[in-house]
Amino acid sequence: MRLTGAQIVVESLLKENVGVVFGLPGGAIIDVYDVLYDSPIRHILVRHEQGAVHMADGYARATGKVGVAIVTSGPGATNTVTGIATAYMDSIPIVVITGQVPTKLIGNDAFQEVDIVGITRPCTKHNFLVKDVKNLARIIKEAFYIARTGRPGPVLIDLPKDVQQGKAEFEYPEKVNLRGYKPTYHANVKQIKRAAQLLAKAKRPVIYAGGGVIYSEGASEELKKLAEIYYMPVTNTLMGLGSFPGNHSLWLGMLGMHGTYRANMAISSCDVMLAIGARFDDRVTGKLDEFAPEAKIIHIDIDPSSISKNVRVDIPIVGDCHDALQKIFKAMKEIEGVEWEKKHQDWLEQINEWKKQDALAYKQDPDGPIKPQFVVEKLYELTKGEAIVSTEVGQNQMWAAQYFKFKRPRTLLTSGGLGTMGYGLPAAIGAQVAFPDKLVLDIAGDGSIQMNIQELATAVGNRLPVKVAILNNGYLGMVRQWQQLFYKRRYSQTSLEHSPDFVKLAEAYGAVGLRATKPDEVEPVIKKALSINAPVLMDFIIEPEENVYPMVPAGAPITKMLLGGTVLV
Amino acid sequence: MRHTLSLLVENQPGVLSRVTGLFSGRGFNIESLCVAETLDPKISRITLVTKGDDQIVEQIKKQLNKLINVIKVVDLSEIESVEREMALIKVKADPNHRAEVLRMVDIFRGKIVDVSPLYYTVEITGDANKIEAFIELMRNFQIQEIARTGTVALPRAKKIVKEEK
Repeated sequence: MRLTGAQIVVESLLKENVGVVFGLPGGAIIDVYDVLYDSPIRHILVRHEQGAVHMADGYARATGKVGVAIVTSGPGATNTVTGIATAYMDSIPIVVITGQVPTKLIGNDAFQEVDIVGITRPCTKHNFLVKDVKNLARIIKEAFYIARTGRPGPVLIDLPKDVQQGKAEFEYPEKVNLRGYKPTYHANVKQIKRAAQLLAKAKRPVIYAGGGVIYSEGASEELKKLAEIYYMPVTNTLMGLGSFPGNHSLWLGMLGMHGTYRANMAISSCDVMLAIGARFDDRVTGKLDEFAPEAKIIHIDIDPSSISKNVRVDIPIVGDCHDALQKIFKAMKEIEGVEWEKKHQDWLEQINEWKKQDALAYKQDPDGPIKPQFVVEKLYELTKGEAIVSTEVGQNQMWAAQYFKFKRPRTLLTSGGLGTMGYGLPAAIGAQVAFPDKLVLDIAGDGSIQMNIQELATAVGNRLPVKVAILNNGYLGMVRQWQQLFYKRRYSQTSLEHSPDFVKLAEAYGAVGLRATKPDEVEPVIKKALSINAPVLMDFIIEPEENVYPMVPAGAPITKMLLGGTVLV
Repeated sequence: MRHTLSLLVENQPGVLSRVTGLFSGRGFNIESLCVAETLDPKISRITLVTKGDDQIVEQIKKQLNKLINVIKVVDLSEIESVEREMALIKVKADPNHRAEVLRMVDIFRGKIVDVSPLYYTVEITGDANKIEAFIELMRNFQIQEIARTGTVALPRAKKIVKEEK
């Protein structure tokens, strides 16, 4: 069957079971849009291309499937870069298709031409410039394969206009053959045995689980089994939240810069650390020399380059988290004569002792300003935690991570690696497209929400009833917090005095706007928002100078936590 | 420590830029770099010399392996290998010094590949140390211009870097 390049794109997407794409047309992609016009694929029209990529990303995080964004050349393509880098840092499988000027014009500084393959080389897992329509189907097949296998990541396909118009025989390849790409899924059994033996000797073990556990299908069930049967406490990175139930007695909370007291103390005192699908980010380790000084480290990761990158590892295990966890579990079952509960009793008692230092305590004065922690706790309580939560970046993100208890994988969508403000709303829209009947909630700040607020129109237009909770403190709050703590309260350019009236703004977009200014208004506002089957923007006017605690100053050891102004040693 | 890495990569546009971009983006050093097709026209070999402590070099190798177009990475510093570099050196050779330059070239088993009334262009091949030593000697005669290829290398026999992963 001879098809045009544009038809091949759409047929290939159908072969990949793509039901929905996010995008915005333009001159260099108009041929693909012409074919989309009468294809069964649903297209969500965004208001800015960055939104399209974050939506594809939110869709991918919530479902585990590959998200797809389609945009035009030049500015359409450059607008995707932040979204692509966000997905790259957090290992999210997306495919971005960009239009390009005709091949004969490439390099001529043509209208709306940009070297997007060059620009995105360092922030994609791989990218392609399609020069011949004959290669198009194979490239699309490879792009999807690369995006979702191994350590997932974004892949970009740059598609010149003449390639979209050119014709070729269409046959979607069954298999891919990439000589240079063979991810390792199966963990080495010898290494697994060594790991199990080390865990059998441990007196103070800790499991440190990251986003990899979420991305590996079935890994979080294995993790729970392993922790429960062998009495091992679990701490999560921001990306790992939801991989272990946030209300479990063995859960230590998040670790790192804004981690709990017990998580940071436990990781610093453990004798064996089982790191799974995590990458020892600087926000987690704090000062490297003093990170887990007594620990022997076992590190499971599908990406060999994540192992021994920042922290020296004693037992490296390359492989899929699910496979490795299953094998460890089996190997530990074979070890006899260890009374696990008894062996870890003192350790678990010590952790309970640390738990008493409730680092997340706060006080909501009924007559005072609204505390952001109170809002997040109420959101958790009134939704019973049954929501997909996206966040923006900054204080709102940390409060969401600390006070919302994530019980299942793929329920928290947050830009952990790149820290992209403006991520939350489009990501929530992407997740809502995937799960029209689930509650999707964006916990936002008044700064971040304005970075992609235009996507409210996308939500309204597509009847996607996302709920946005703005923790409105009138500041770029996290930067203001740093200025307060480390820059002598010199609030340089962090006050957002001229923000719009968010309620009116929501209404202008055709959404519902609600506001709470007093603590007793918080619950009614949330209840009302939850009862409305349409996009709702809740504006919570919160205490302007509330800080996120605990906090470890950047570069300090993670035991050196600031706790509401007091330094703990 | 200095490491010579031998990379087999797909012979496609943009691959070199992926490799060099990785080095610049992650703050690794490239001392020299050589690229050319192998027997299989679909595959090129990049010979790359880099410097760094063990952990950095380990990370460089892992990152290179992660590139989709990189088929194989071998650290030739870890195995027996032969390394060669070529240099073209245009050196002043006025009538008073011609004989001496010629003698040096002879001792180093170089070749004169171009002659003009005032200059010789010398071709010299060897490992980096030999080239360095020769350049040092030629400095005495005033070097006009120099072009070096950078190191190319292969493992010694029986340790063939196969063109597959």
